[in-house]
Amino acid sequence: MAQQAGWRSLPKAGVAFRLSTDYKTGDWRALKPVIDYNKCTKCMLCWLFCPDMAIVWDGENVVVNYDYCKGCGICANECPVKAISMIPES
Amino acid sequence: MVVKTIPEFPVKKGEPAYKLWLFEPGERKEMPLVFNLRQLAETRRPALLPGHRLCAGCAAPIVVKLASFAFRGPTIVVTATGCLEVSSTIFPYTSWAVPWIHNAFENAAATASGIEAAVKALKKTGRLPYDQVDVVVFAGDGGTFDIGFQSLSGAAERGHDFLYILYDNEAYMNTGIQRSGGTPKYAWTTTSPVGSVLPGKMESKKPIAEIMVAHRIPYVATATPAHWMDFMKKVRKGIEVEGPAFIHALSSCDRGWRHDTAITLEVTRRAVDTCYFPLWEWTPQSGYMLTDRSLAIARNPQLKQPIEKYLELQGRFRHLLKPENKHLVKELQELVDAAWEELLRKASNAPR
Amino acid sequence: MAQTLVKPKIPVEKQVLMTVNGDEAVAYAVKQSLVDVVAAYPITPQTIIVEKFSEFVADGEVNTVFVPVESEHSAMSTCVGAAAAGARAFTATSSQGLALMVEVVYIASALRLPIVMAVVNRALSAPINIHNDHSDAYLMRDSGWIQLFAENVQEAYDTTIQAFRIAEDERVLLPVAVNLDGFFLSHTLENIYMLPDESVHDFLGGYRRVSKVRVDYFDEEVPLALNPARPLSFGSLDLYDYYFEHKVQQVEAMKNVPEVVREVNEEWFKLTGRRYGDGIMDGYGVEDADIILLAMGSGAGTMRSVVRKLRREGLRVGLLKLRMFRPFPFKDIADKLRNAKLVAVMEKGISPGSYGPLFLEVNTALYDLKERPILVNYIYGLGGRDLVPDMVENMVKGLFKELESGLVQPKLRYLGVRE
Repeated sequence: MAQQAGWRSLPKAGVAFRLSTDYKTGDWRALKPVIDYNKCTKCMLCWLFCPDMAIVWDGENVVVNYDYCKGCGICANECPVKAISMIPES
Repeated sequence: MVVKTIPEFPVKKGEPAYKLWLFEPGERKEMPLVFNLRQLAETRRPALLPGHRLCAGCAAPIVVKLASFAFRGPTIVVTATGCLEVSSTIFPYTSWAVPWIHNAFENAAATASGIEAAVKALKKTGRLPYDQVDVVVFAGDGGTFDIGFQSLSGAAERGHDFLYILYDNEAYMNTGIQRSGGTPKYAWTTTSPVGSVLPGKMESKKPIAEIMVAHRIPYVATATPAHWMDFMKKVRKGIEVEGPAFIHALSSCDRGWRHDTAITLEVTRRAVDTCYFPLWEWTPQSGYMLTDRSLAIARNPQLKQPIEKYLELQGRFRHLLKPENKHLVKELQELVDAAWEELLRKASNAPR
Repeated sequence: MAQTLVKPKIPVEKQVLMTVNGDEAVAYAVKQSLVDVVAAYPITPQTIIVEKFSEFVADGEVNTVFVPVESEHSAMSTCVGAAAAGARAFTATSSQGLALMVEVVYIASALRLPIVMAVVNRALSAPINIHNDHSDAYLMRDSGWIQLFAENVQEAYDTTIQAFRIAEDERVLLPVAVNLDGFFLSHTLENIYMLPDESVHDFLGGYRRVSKVRVDYFDEEVPLALNPARPLSFGSLDLYDYYFEHKVQQVEAMKNVPEVVREVNEEWFKLTGRRYGDGIMDGYGVEDADIILLAMGSGAGTMRSVVRKLRREGLRVGLLKLRMFRPFPFKDIADKLRNAKLVAVMEKGISPGSYGPLFLEVNTALYDLKERPILVNYIYGLGGRDLVPDMVENMVKGLFKELESGLVQPKLRYLGVRE
């Protein structure tokens, strides 16, 4: 259903038929977080607090998922060792 | 079973970054409550998916995310009309990894009552393939303090087994920052603006959590997303208790409270530090109990911050920092102090 | 009404003869229909439904979870939650209660939830009036619900059971309102035949089965319900790019309803020996009538007795009782009425600034006919004003005179009001 579906093919009862993971909110941001892995202690607070689920733990590191990051800066603000910097989006 | 529309980013090892919660019929294991963040990251996924359209820096998705880490198994979520509902399900997209329903503005609790009744009926007639299905409501201050209050009160009186989490951003934010029963005194909103005669909202904030205590439901608590461990514990308690549970979560709104997106959690932290929003829980057996930071402040009153520390972060209180409004700040400080003293008297674990 | 040309599966000897009023009949029907959740708020004249049902619950005679909600708005909201979770849900209300819940009534049909609601028709305030008219039913005519009207207590019982079948049919998946006249039916005792429990269970196919839906993020069709195995989101926000399509889906869904109503009516006939015309309407003497009265609800019963009397006296008059108001059966109405000289649309409701709602529908049904009968609209019975046979008889005789004179006017008239 890439083109907008008509009433004949839309699912019944108006249930949502796509997941929002298809909708990349990354283009909202004006600032982007950059993690300095030399400072990062892997406390995971940035992962915990990110309102957009845009910081992911891949088993070894916390990684920013720039597809969804809105650049709010909460991660940078909460990081206890100030390992995250918010730099202007180019 | 799931079509590959969820990106597996950035899997190096382990499971995909984002998952739908799928509980196959007959699954019985209960998800334990974990506070070790690495373990949490490896074993749990939030019930909210990325790609939702809530504002950058909004506390509401943090509230939902943290709460969902405390869910224990199959959970159905009900949301009232408001920021969370609207921004998480703009058709055709949904950000919910769990079964979810939105009905109308004022009936989240009634809808939850219906789901809970259905689960009971299905169980009674042998048609529920699970041991239990929890029902959790997320509603804003609009749908709770004001238009939704009747529905909440009725559901509480009938004793349905559900958890009601109020994400309180202290105004009707979704419709453009209009005042609600939850807006604090002297806050600026579009329907209680600061003018030459009136300095913002003239009425006090409705003590919603205390009203729920008066309903004598099994569990009532206040929480903030900043004090995450406290919040997760309370959510879990609310789910496990048999009967209605109510958690009042302060949910800062950078748009409506006028603060920088990055300090969302810091604002709620200061709300607790200044005792504007104390953290407590209440059960019929143990009465009021202070928790987390508020308990620390009760034990060490020097930790209590003056109300200016909270007001100075937010544009909606900017007018109060002007010298001619010093008396209003004094009044607010007195109100906060009086409420704090009363809480100290009521709390069974406050030092005597 | 029972035409036993074929021996029914459950003959009358095996059915249970009970003396009940309309509300009790509905309560018994709900009791037998394996309903999972009943959420209701009392309002005269629906109260007996809730009270009777509460007795069944208190005596442990049903597995239904009864939710005594704190308002009608919450009653429908609770039913929406329950039905979305896969349960069979029922509520009942009248008048102001329906008006209060109407916001959620629209939501229920848009979410395609097969809820059944008994509407014990009562006048709308102000002034507050607890007696019968159809103004509350008219209030929800645009809501996307199926609306059926019962003429007597037996029909109220039969229709309530049928309603669950119609609502949950895969071709339909729409909520059904069963209308019965307040006090005239709700509080009037009649001897009616009830089926044994198992027959009702069989007729409904046991407990509710949810439908299925296909969404992009699951490979297969998944149950259309709040299901922890396959999560779905109900009640999204539509912007201007999808709302129109969703609404058209609702309109198109109504197109399958007449077929299902007729099928259920026939099956009921084979089971019990009772049917109500073809399920949609029931004509008496319409084939050769010059004047036809068209009515819904208990008033049709009074009119039929008058029509019977007048036909014996030689007057060519007939009665068309309409059972299904929504979806409105335009073609069938046109077919039944086309040969009459005059049709009197009798209705218990008003739309100030226009004709009665039923009149407007009938008018539309006849518009495309090359030759069509004269239509007049009689408003009667508002606020429980009684309709007595003499009034009907005088009205019919007067209409014959008007027909003869060639001048039929005015179009909008009142029967039984003091000037």
